[in-house]
Amino acid sequence: MQTPAPVEYSKATTIADAISQLEALGEDSRPVAGGYSLIPMMKLRLARPDSVVDLNFISELRGIRVEGNEIVVGAMTTHADVLSSAILFEHYPIFREAEHVIADPIVRMRGTIGGSMCQADPASDLSAVGSALRGTAVITGSSGSRMVPLREFHEGPYETVIQTGEILTKLRYPIRPGAGSAYEKVERRAGDWGVCTAGVFVVVSGGVVTECGIGMAAVNADHYCAPEAEAMLTGKAPTEENLAAAAAAAANEANPIADQRGPADYKRHLASELTLRALRRAVAASQGA
Amino acid sequence: MQVSVNINGVEHSRDVEPRTLLVHFIRDDLQMRGTHWGCDTSNCGACTVWVNGAPVKSCTMLAVQADGAEVTTVEGLAKDGALDPIQEGFTECHGLQCGYCTPGMMMTGRWLVDQNPNITREEIREGISGNICRCTGYKNILDAIEYARDHANSEVSA
Repeated sequence: MQTPAPVEYSKATTIADAISQLEALGEDSRPVAGGYSLIPMMKLRLARPDSVVDLNFISELRGIRVEGNEIVVGAMTTHADVLSSAILFEHYPIFREAEHVIADPIVRMRGTIGGSMCQADPASDLSAVGSALRGTAVITGSSGSRMVPLREFHEGPYETVIQTGEILTKLRYPIRPGAGSAYEKVERRAGDWGVCTAGVFVVVSGGVVTECGIGMAAVNADHYCAPEAEAMLTGKAPTEENLAAAAAAAANEANPIADQRGPADYKRHLASELTLRALRRAVAASQGA
Repeated sequence: MQVSVNINGVEHSRDVEPRTLLVHFIRDDLQMRGTHWGCDTSNCGACTVWVNGAPVKSCTMLAVQADGAEVTTVEGLAKDGALDPIQEGFTECHGLQCGYCTPGMMMTGRWLVDQNPNITREEIREGISGNICRCTGYKNILDAIEYARDHANSEVSA
């Protein structure tokens, strides 16, 4: 039987309340969101907080809206709400495609986008999406909020830049008119972590790629992205040859390791192939927009 | 830590350790053994119950998080001795063999039918993708949930 080690528990009712509790409790406290990452980690003693502060009762942390030229997603917005969001689907179908292959419908009803980002699992689908879109994390502490680009959000596997007494409050994604986006994932069975995943957006204008983003999960790409491949594709015509070259370059920015999900060379092959498939679909969507 | 949970319409108050998982609170503290405890990793869905009307994997939620909530377990499906349509469905369609996954399957299945009375077989397949059965190959489970869909209107509402 797996049970967490002894732990104290308290509810927070507002963002300010959560921050003041976490600050007072110190570095051995953790906020708990949906719990589908943290509680299993606590059962395995991979996380062993002295206390958890429950964010589930903070309504101001939920919701998806457009603010100016950005989409703002509250950190406690559930996967199910991200999956069904008309706003996100209109601008970035990549969210629906990624969410559809995250865990299962029951987990998605309680698991949250912020919890998933903060878990920072190397195979985190939403981390790949966030890096592809060059989103921004809004991290709030007692002295206010700071903005951190999602490509600087992770310090390594399971580690983020969030400090004691801070919580992730929002995620912001820039709206790019005419963008196409897509997500590709190979997993061993429905709902599992990916063997490899790729998520991209592309803006095609005047016959060339004017802007793009390439994200990958589960293959140990620095900050889940492939900036060299993006630079290679930007300014080029979206021909099959150019897309394939960018996809191959993306695979070179991955550093997969062999594990129970497969050997490294297979994962690198997937990184190239899935990036290519995602690019093709994103280009088609952008050209059709 | 004091926790009060309304389970199947009955208020239960206990003093529990905050680390107590909801599934163990239900099974061990309250001795309600209908809810099964399976993989412990939120994969298998045997422990699925409703918390405030929505399915939750109770192995991955602390009992204290359910303080003040309304929880429905498999014992709450039948009303006044009459089986719920989802229970009838599993009976009529031979929707179980060993029975381990059955409580979770029924809680998810009934919820799916409540959410969408016209749910298709394909949508049910996706809907139960967080509930694992190792006996049946799922065909009879799908039949059972379709039975509940087709016989749901007269009975319990969630």
